[in-house]
Amino acid sequence: MIQASGLRKSYGSAVALDGVDLHVRQGEIFGVLGQSGAGKSTLLRCVNLLERPDAGTVTVAGQDLTGLGERELNRARQRIGMVHQHFALLSSRTVAGNVAFPLEVMGVPRAERERRVADLLELVGLGGRGKDHPRQLSGGQKQRVGIARALAGRPEVLLSDEATSALDPATTESILELLRSLNHELGLTILLITHEMNVVKSICDSAAIMADGRILEQGTIASLLRTPGSRLTREIFPLPAARPGEVTVTFTGDPEEPVISAVVRKYDVDVNILGGAIEELAAGSVGRLRIELAGEERESALTYLRERGLLVEVAA
Amino acid sequence: MTWDELMPLLAEETGNTALMVGWATLFTVLIGLPLGISLVALDRDGLRPMPALKGVLGLVVNVGRSLPFIVLMIALIPFTRLVVGTTLGTAAMVVPLTVGAAPFFARLVETALREVGRDVVQAAQAMGASRGRIIARVLLPEALPGLVAGLTVTVVALIGYSAMAGTIGGGGLGDLAKRYGYERFETGVMIATVVVLIIIVQLIQSAGDRVARRLSHK
Repeated sequence: MIQASGLRKSYGSAVALDGVDLHVRQGEIFGVLGQSGAGKSTLLRCVNLLERPDAGTVTVAGQDLTGLGERELNRARQRIGMVHQHFALLSSRTVAGNVAFPLEVMGVPRAERERRVADLLELVGLGGRGKDHPRQLSGGQKQRVGIARALAGRPEVLLSDEATSALDPATTESILELLRSLNHELGLTILLITHEMNVVKSICDSAAIMADGRILEQGTIASLLRTPGSRLTREIFPLPAARPGEVTVTFTGDPEEPVISAVVRKYDVDVNILGGAIEELAAGSVGRLRIELAGEERESALTYLRERGLLVEVAA
Repeated sequence: MTWDELMPLLAEETGNTALMVGWATLFTVLIGLPLGISLVALDRDGLRPMPALKGVLGLVVNVGRSLPFIVLMIALIPFTRLVVGTTLGTAAMVVPLTVGAAPFFARLVETALREVGRDVVQAAQAMGASRGRIIARVLLPEALPGLVAGLTVTVVALIGYSAMAGTIGGGGLGDLAKRYGYERFETGVMIATVVVLIIIVQLIQSAGDRVARRLSHK
């Protein structure tokens, strides 16, 4: 749905994007995770060309945006919703007026506009608040207005620029839930950037990790969890650095059998559990275990674990 | 001078001041508003970056602002004659008043527009709004309270300028104060003029404040 290739962007001598390729599939929630200054905000702004990349192309829903003239670009942008960290609502307009703005841009007639605005406010749980001014709303409600506004043009793609970073944890939870349900019910593809691991954990199907203007890894969460040495896995499970010989086992999906006790029973090995955790992700539950494995049949035991479909990493 | 003599005189010159300031305000807005918008839009990170042109406009505005009004007024006499055909009277004074106030108002417009958040403008761009729509439907409405406050300050400044204009043949309250208060030592007329000016400025300022407050939803 979104395909970016070879994106480069620098501001003077500061390089914000250093050859970024991004692939977001239709209907998924894709999270770009990174510290501030990693270039993720620039990346997001390059997707709808709020920032024009120095090099590279961006294709959204099959349309190459980088080649478009101003008028066509504006038309294409109407099909891409965007949600902002600080909401970016017009203080001179009511809630309904804010949601109506993109419809005015699209030239939707007034009667239809009013109907659509009422539906949208209902959808984000703000039915009946249309006549209020943004200043009368809480942060979470403002972001709901922002989301309703972003959805006005019936976009296939929603871009989210740190949409929950200015919100408290409980409100963040409810906004993430809203995004998840919009993704399910409308089949909306969502590309979000965040510095909060929690956002990636709770709603993303896929993720990319960014640092210094580069994407270090990207893919579905499930596939990243099965990739040895994945940074994402390490970030989700902040276990202490493994000493040489220690084994880290990552379980994905529902555990079908008690593998650790099975391995002890089957092979002549001793297992010492050093640490571990289980996380509930949007992609399913995942566990990670740091163990010491000693004994005659250590290699066979490791092979057995691998054969059970677990990711087994041995620290060198 | 008795009340009966003073009142018609005061009424007539107040009318002349109102006329001068009224017309000058209209032309000031017509010139200063687009100028102020241009200063913002043509800026390096504006809607249509043209830094060279912006630099020229900024220079013009600064030149207009650096001349004391009394100097500007005299320097503009040939230009006024060209435009209005005369350099005397209320109509002729509208020219220097406008030239003096438009750059001033343009800077106030610029400041008010810059108060509008960058993210709001970006949001409108992300929705595919054209530059014209962003100016007309985002920047100006969002900055409206600031624009009204700027206009109020400008009108008050224009009243001050118009009094100076009166001294070189423009008529109005400044002229009245000069002719009677300065040249004939008619203290009564002087005091009456001062009182009328204070009342006018007070009324304009509080009306402007009230409108700005009503428009603000921040």
